[in-house]
Amino acid sequence: MKLNFHENHKLLFNVVFWGFVFLSIIIAIAPAYNLNEIEPTPGLKPMTPEEFKGLGVYVSEGCLYCHTQQVRPLESDLIFGRPSAPGDYAYLKPLDDLRMTPAVLGSERTGPDLSNIGNRQPSKSWHYIHLYNPRAVVKSSIMQAYPWLFEIKDSVGENDVVISLPPDTAPKEGKVIATEDAENLVAYLLYLKQAPIKGLNNSELFSSADKNSSGTMGQNLYNSSCASCHQQNGEGIPSIFPPLKNSAVVDSDNAEEHIRIVLFGSKGKVIDGVEYTSEMPAQAENFSDEEIAAIINYERTNWGNNGSEVTAEDVKMIRAERK
Amino acid sequence: MELTRPITVSKSKIDEIIDEDSRLTKLIYHYLLSATAWLIFGSFVGLFLGLKFIYPDWGNTAWLSFGRLRPIHTNVVFWGWTSLSMIGLALYVVPRTSQNRLYNLLLSRQALYVINLSVLLGVISLFLGINNGGQEYREFTWPVMLLFALGIGANLLNLYKTVAARKTREIYLSNWYILAAFIWTMVVVVIAYLPFYQNSLGETIIQGYYMHMGVGMWFTPLVLGLTYYFLPKLLNKPIYSYSLGVLAFWTQMVFYSLIGAHHFVFAPIPWWLQTVAIVFSFGMFVTLFAGTANFLLTMKGSFRTIAKSYSLPYILVGVIFYFLASGQGSLEALRSLNKIWHFTNFTVAHSHLTMYGFVVFLIWGGIYALMPRLTGNEPSHILVGIHFWFALIGLLIYGFALMIGGTLQGQSWIDGLPFINSVELMAPYWLWRAVGGTLMFIAHLVFAFNIFKMQPASNKDFVLETAEESV
Ligand code: HEM
Ligand code: HEM
Repeated sequence: MKLNFHENHKLLFNVVFWGFVFLSIIIAIAPAYNLNEIEPTPGLKPMTPEEFKGLGVYVSEGCLYCHTQQVRPLESDLIFGRPSAPGDYAYLKPLDDLRMTPAVLGSERTGPDLSNIGNRQPSKSWHYIHLYNPRAVVKSSIMQAYPWLFEIKDSVGENDVVISLPPDTAPKEGKVIATEDAENLVAYLLYLKQAPIKGLNNSELFSSADKNSSGTMGQNLYNSSCASCHQQNGEGIPSIFPPLKNSAVVDSDNAEEHIRIVLFGSKGKVIDGVEYTSEMPAQAENFSDEEIAAIINYERTNWGNNGSEVTAEDVKMIRAERK
Repeated sequence: MELTRPITVSKSKIDEIIDEDSRLTKLIYHYLLSATAWLIFGSFVGLFLGLKFIYPDWGNTAWLSFGRLRPIHTNVVFWGWTSLSMIGLALYVVPRTSQNRLYNLLLSRQALYVINLSVLLGVISLFLGINNGGQEYREFTWPVMLLFALGIGANLLNLYKTVAARKTREIYLSNWYILAAFIWTMVVVVIAYLPFYQNSLGETIIQGYYMHMGVGMWFTPLVLGLTYYFLPKLLNKPIYSYSLGVLAFWTQMVFYSLIGAHHFVFAPIPWWLQTVAIVFSFGMFVTLFAGTANFLLTMKGSFRTIAKSYSLPYILVGVIFYFLASGQGSLEALRSLNKIWHFTNFTVAHSHLTMYGFVVFLIWGGIYALMPRLTGNEPSHILVGIHFWFALIGLLIYGFALMIGGTLQGQSWIDGLPFINSVELMAPYWLWRAVGGTLMFIAHLVFAFNIFKMQPASNKDFVLETAEESV
């Protein structure tokens, strides 16, 4: 047999096969093998069984076709958190014998990145409403609604998680109850918190992001961390998330109560005769004094509000109340 | 059959009827028929998905939800439509260029059943929310993909045996590409489904490799191989440069293999891997120039023949998209441009410009070239023209809408505007995508009708009779 690709099919196709196998080992198998086991980012917890099941729901429902979990080291990405590190993915493994490791990094960002959603949006009630009907909390959202993750019941059992919905979203009759899948999914979403890395923590990055973006620091932080509940126009969601516009606490001369609620959260408050059962999550851990002051001042001077402004010092003093 | 000039150029009738083994003709037809059924289903799902961007509350049930339908769309058009139709054409081209009969007809027929079964089971499980970890185009779980691999493997064996027993001295270039595509794809599927190195970011590396090898080592070489047969055949002259084709072949194998990581530029995977991918994405211009130049120079001087033929225009469009859309891919890999376009709808435009403008148009060119010659049954020339223009205009609308929209999306993020801004600004572009998609879908219905018209007659004598009429 001649050693000629044109005439010797064995030679030709052997080279085609082995050449490709060789290249694949270098470019895929070897680097993959190296990253098969990674040290977790310090402070990153493994998933609980519920959270892991929640990841399963995330995969089954295809959330990852529209949401990335991959913050790039680019300024445009910093509103989502710090740049992702390999250790952030250390706990990913196959869901079961049938299915492989979830591809959570994603390839398209039709919706926002979720790497740090547990910090950016820690409110369970918000997540339930949003899953039941995204447009109830984000008007121009085009996200899929997931009503099949909920049940509508006439009577509520002892362990049932009842979802409070804005009046125009709620079904005419009965209560909306989260299924186990919905509970696990929300548990997984709240699990998604980036562990801080020295030199890469949120507040440093937020202030550097601020330099290049159009708004002020307060406005950017408000939009990325508060607006999903209180809305960009400050009007909230009727009977679920209170408005900040014309609010007695925000549009006031004394800011102490305002600072306290932002730092330590609040629950079950009655405002203008409406009881808000959903919880306002505490923000003390997420932001520095300067950032909290910037957010608060943005809220106090926008949408026609005319409250007194605060300084980082004021925030620091009230933060010290609960140390 | 003369028509008034202004609207259509009258197309010439086919010049020969091939007296093929009617059993092979039937087999090929059944491949194409299954493929067409998957195309109709898959692109209907695509159209529905596109409409969900405008009416997000359409289909608020699990089975009709975006997250379950999206992988159904991609997998059906990949493994059902594109793969089956290309295999069908290969079953003709390989024996023909080897001047030999297909080694074993029954084997390929069984493979057809197995592949159809695999896609069917895959679709059902995706409807049920059972996918392989949401890994794009790898959503079929391993038992389903095993069936698919069996189908590909059986065809590989069959085609290899056919080439091995060829009656020509040389292995024609088409068969280099076609057989290599089968071999590479078997390797890719095995590597992609072995679990041993796929925890944490290992999965990501393999995903980048897989996504790119799927398109680069399966669809691309297979359809190029088919075109190296159909184009010279239809023009009735040899390919411009055989050795340019050989050069393109080897660079395809070496460069394309190395660029999977360009799907994860700026991701926390090793920087060297990303850089290699970017560099060789640029190296791909060598392959692209060699391939495209070869096809265009073959066509040079024959543009009247192309205008007269109803299959060659598809091939011309496919070749142009091969160059432009792959070149677009090379640009997307550059860090400076990736920064703007990655994660946006620009990528979706690229996917369709390549898979549809390049691969699918070349397939259609091949089908319209082959089927009438095999069966003696020609489709209506006007309907072939309607199919062509609806598909082309639809695709252009789809592609431009998302390229513009995708760029604005990326710009909105860079400007630091609230995220929702990038959703709101897409509304008109998503609407245009739906318009383009509708045209494409109508084109597919017309194509299905044409396929039906080209079916082999059950009576062979009848075929020969029509043949005489049309010469
Ligand atoms: C009527 C025709 C079609 C329409 C309306 C359509 C529509 C769509 C839509 C809406 C998506 C989801 C995009 C997203 O997630 O943002 C998509 C994805 C995709 N489609 Fe199609 N499609 C059509 C035909 C095809 C065909 C024929 C092919 C291939 C042969 C194809 C290949 C793909 C691929 C590869 C993706 C994934 C894109 C990516 O991840 O970047 N489509 N298509
Ligand atoms: C020189 C050749 C090519 C290069 C360098 C190239 C490059 C790229 C790059 C960099 C991306 C990722 C874009 C991003 O996520 O930001 C991409 C995506 C894609 N390319 Fe290409 N491309 C080439 C040719 C092709 C061809 C020939 C096809 C189809 C046959 C194709 C199909 C796709 C598809 C389907 C995607 C979307 C994958 C996903 O879901 O993310 N490409 N390409």
